[in-house]
Amino acid sequence: MFVPTTEKERQEMLRTIGVGSFDELVGSIPEKARNPSYRLPKALTEMELARHMEALGAQNRLPLSFLGGGAQEHYIPAAVWAVALRGEFATAYTPYQAEASQGTLQLIYEFQSMVCRLLEMEVANASHYDGASALAEAVNVALLDFDGRNPGRRGAVKKVIFPETLHPHYRATLKTYFHQRADVRLECLPCPDGTLAPSVLAGYVDDSTAAVAASCPNFFGLLEPAGELCRAAHARGALFIACVDPVGMGILAPPGSYGADLAVAEGIGLGIPPSFGGPSLGLVAAKRSLLRKMPGRFCGLTADRDGRRGYVLTLQAREQHIRREKSSSNVCTNQALCATAATIHMALLGPEGLREAAELCYGLSHELASALTDVPGFRLKFGGASFYNEFVLQCPQDASQVQRALLKDDILAGYPLGADYPWLKDCLLVCATETKTRADLRRVAEAARKLPVAAAR
Amino acid sequence: MIQKGEATIFEKSVPQRRAIRFPATEGLPSSKDGLPAEHRRAAPAALPEASELDVVRHYTRLSQLNFSIDTHFYPLGSCTMKYNPKINDQIALGPRFSKLHPLQPDETAQGILEALFRLERALCELCGMDAFTLQPSAGAQGEFVGVLVARAYHQKRGENRTEILIPDSAHGTNPASASLGALTPISVRSNVRGRLDVADFKSRLSPKTALVMLTVPNTLGLFEDDILEIAEAAHRAGALLYMDGANFNALAGLVKPGDLGVDMAHLNLHKTFSTPHGGGGPGAGPLGVKKHLEDFLPVPRVVEEAGLYRLRGDFPLSVGRVRAFFGNVGVLVRAYCYLRRHSAKEFRQISESAILHANYLKALLKPAFEAFVDEPCMHECILQTDPKRMNGVRTMDVAKRLLEYGFYAPTVYFPLIVPEAMMLEPTETESKQSLDEFARAMLAIAEEARMTPERVKAAPQSLPVKRLDEVGAARNPDLSWPGRVPSA
Repeated sequence: MFVPTTEKERQEMLRTIGVGSFDELVGSIPEKARNPSYRLPKALTEMELARHMEALGAQNRLPLSFLGGGAQEHYIPAAVWAVALRGEFATAYTPYQAEASQGTLQLIYEFQSMVCRLLEMEVANASHYDGASALAEAVNVALLDFDGRNPGRRGAVKKVIFPETLHPHYRATLKTYFHQRADVRLECLPCPDGTLAPSVLAGYVDDSTAAVAASCPNFFGLLEPAGELCRAAHARGALFIACVDPVGMGILAPPGSYGADLAVAEGIGLGIPPSFGGPSLGLVAAKRSLLRKMPGRFCGLTADRDGRRGYVLTLQAREQHIRREKSSSNVCTNQALCATAATIHMALLGPEGLREAAELCYGLSHELASALTDVPGFRLKFGGASFYNEFVLQCPQDASQVQRALLKDDILAGYPLGADYPWLKDCLLVCATETKTRADLRRVAEAARKLPVAAAR
Repeated sequence: MIQKGEATIFEKSVPQRRAIRFPATEGLPSSKDGLPAEHRRAAPAALPEASELDVVRHYTRLSQLNFSIDTHFYPLGSCTMKYNPKINDQIALGPRFSKLHPLQPDETAQGILEALFRLERALCELCGMDAFTLQPSAGAQGEFVGVLVARAYHQKRGENRTEILIPDSAHGTNPASASLGALTPISVRSNVRGRLDVADFKSRLSPKTALVMLTVPNTLGLFEDDILEIAEAAHRAGALLYMDGANFNALAGLVKPGDLGVDMAHLNLHKTFSTPHGGGGPGAGPLGVKKHLEDFLPVPRVVEEAGLYRLRGDFPLSVGRVRAFFGNVGVLVRAYCYLRRHSAKEFRQISESAILHANYLKALLKPAFEAFVDEPCMHECILQTDPKRMNGVRTMDVAKRLLEYGFYAPTVYFPLIVPEAMMLEPTETESKQSLDEFARAMLAIAEEARMTPERVKAAPQSLPVKRLDEVGAARNPDLSWPGRVPSA
């Protein structure tokens, strides 16, 4: 327990308050609900807790892993969390008092700046919960923008179109956020070839389409024809929302370069460990014209009374604590500590470090793809398409069984796609990042070669 | 005409300077050969170019411009700025938890799943609920899920209920979450005692009411003493009662919301369960529900089957997913660690101390600052500055002057229904000495307001910056450092 107050101090306080006993302070709580019984385990000391968590941690296995699927593991320099975990960052809160929070504020401003530069977008907010909810918020911006541009159609159904190559969790999140809206229809387009063909998209986009959302690279690791998809959306007045891989931005065309109106990304890997899925952050960036419809916090550069540079939370008139039910989003916090780590991470990598990391991802994953497809029975499911650092590997049998068999060699070869894509039951989604070595690639390829079903061929 | 403060990392950038390097890619396939031109980045991302020391020093210096719990008393009301035990960070960031991939097969992640399962059970026990979802990433997302659960529950029963009753003292997230869930928020008045006006409440309750959202204790730091009557009326009208548990630090170990007729409640783990606030997140906002709402909780859920912990997604009535993967697991691990450090009796001591400290502080400040409602408060108290008595000194001035005395300011101008409000939450982890020092500073500021009001109105003078031009910042927003102009 972390209560410093001694019994003597407690009595002094009660005297100062002017009550005889503590119970007089809580008289407004209904008598019958007070002091219930609890069944909780006994308290642990710090040392006992450490032991308990070590025991639980030992039940978590860390095999040689080629899992990606929207949460890629990347190297995190030691300096990132050494600085981010400083109490002044970690134990501060939302910078309501700007004069006593310039550290967090300047950091968020630098974060916004780096995100803009990374994605070549004009404005970025202070971050959102994760990639999926960031996409939901971006879609909401597009819906608001559509209403603003089409005042006569208010209330009529607006379409939001995305391909099935968008992360399954992102699609599910969109459904949760918008299924109750009578004026919104979500349309998911099938992609039997692994990417969305612009001509197919053009057949679905019409004047009631508020947004087209696609990820590049997509869930299969393939590079969608993002520029053409963006043009197809724009041709009918719809906004284009791109989901991207932030580390991939080291070598891949940024969404701003092909005209995306909004861009979102998952922050795992940007100085943030996977941690079983969170906490991380969602990057949300947009064209400047959408600024006042954007959710979340913004930090702005301004001046103090003496003209000295200073930073404040700004554009708060959009937010829930001012506009309450009229605000476009209910977001209150951002993921500031994760944004802190991401900012330090990006500063440490710099343009060249980011490029090297992305290039290694590209090189190692392509070498891995060659090594695995050399094993009889394994092939690339979408052979002709370009990928960045993740690919769909068709296996000679049910992919879950392959995954399980390789786990015996302490290798997590990838993510079986059958649960999300019944037509890809024999496919594994395989990823390699700069955290892998060529020896690691050889190890998984050799293990695959020894699988009974591969050997039988 | 802005003068230079601490330069940005971009100004400190020197072309070609490096910090982190990666191994050479010799012999590996190259993106230059394989990546089609349309997918290739034309120019490198214009990130800063700095040495490791440049970066470490820059951000360490920035950190030193912050007030924080570790360095200052931080009585920010409604935020529960209590001590965050260091061991919890160490455990959550250790490789056995932080390196776990969210798509790992369940059998390789038994440790984390067990921790999450146990956390859910313990939260159920503390709240008197039957089930919890740990998915919501923040309190606001917990509220949103609550709204969706209420919708789904009524729909399942074939009822079309479209309204949510919310007190006018509520956090802005409540009505915003209602709107996001496509329900109509209806504001209910507070009475002179700072509680929900039961007569006004009953007059607005109707067959259209889906949900009643109460914050307990409320944002005035008061326990809603009519809650049993409110719950009964809500239930009789067929509505559900939701408790915003942002202020649960006053109740843990003392009262179970489930015993008060609450059907569902969210908790802010970064408050009551002491995970670091991080300068504004990440938090976690788990939602607890009674049995009749369990089937509607988001997926996936942690279950225990034959001694094996699993993530299950096949709950047909579920409202669905609210984010990718499982939740802010690193935050959940810290909260679990905090929870295991305390027995039920100790949780009660925590709540009692939080309440004791708030009342003590209120008593010390009474000579100069009036309490909005003059009766015992729970874990926080609402005081008011009276500009008429203080030569025009307002709450914002007091807040700014406090910073110069070395204290972070209370929450100011909230709740909206209290003029010149200051919301103080000292928490249980502050010592009597910090409370005494803080009170001395507040009383000294009140004295300054009488003798030298200009000094208070001009504060702060001694911090890295003076008061900032917020109007200018919003009118012409400068949100990113001028860099390479986007080619688009």
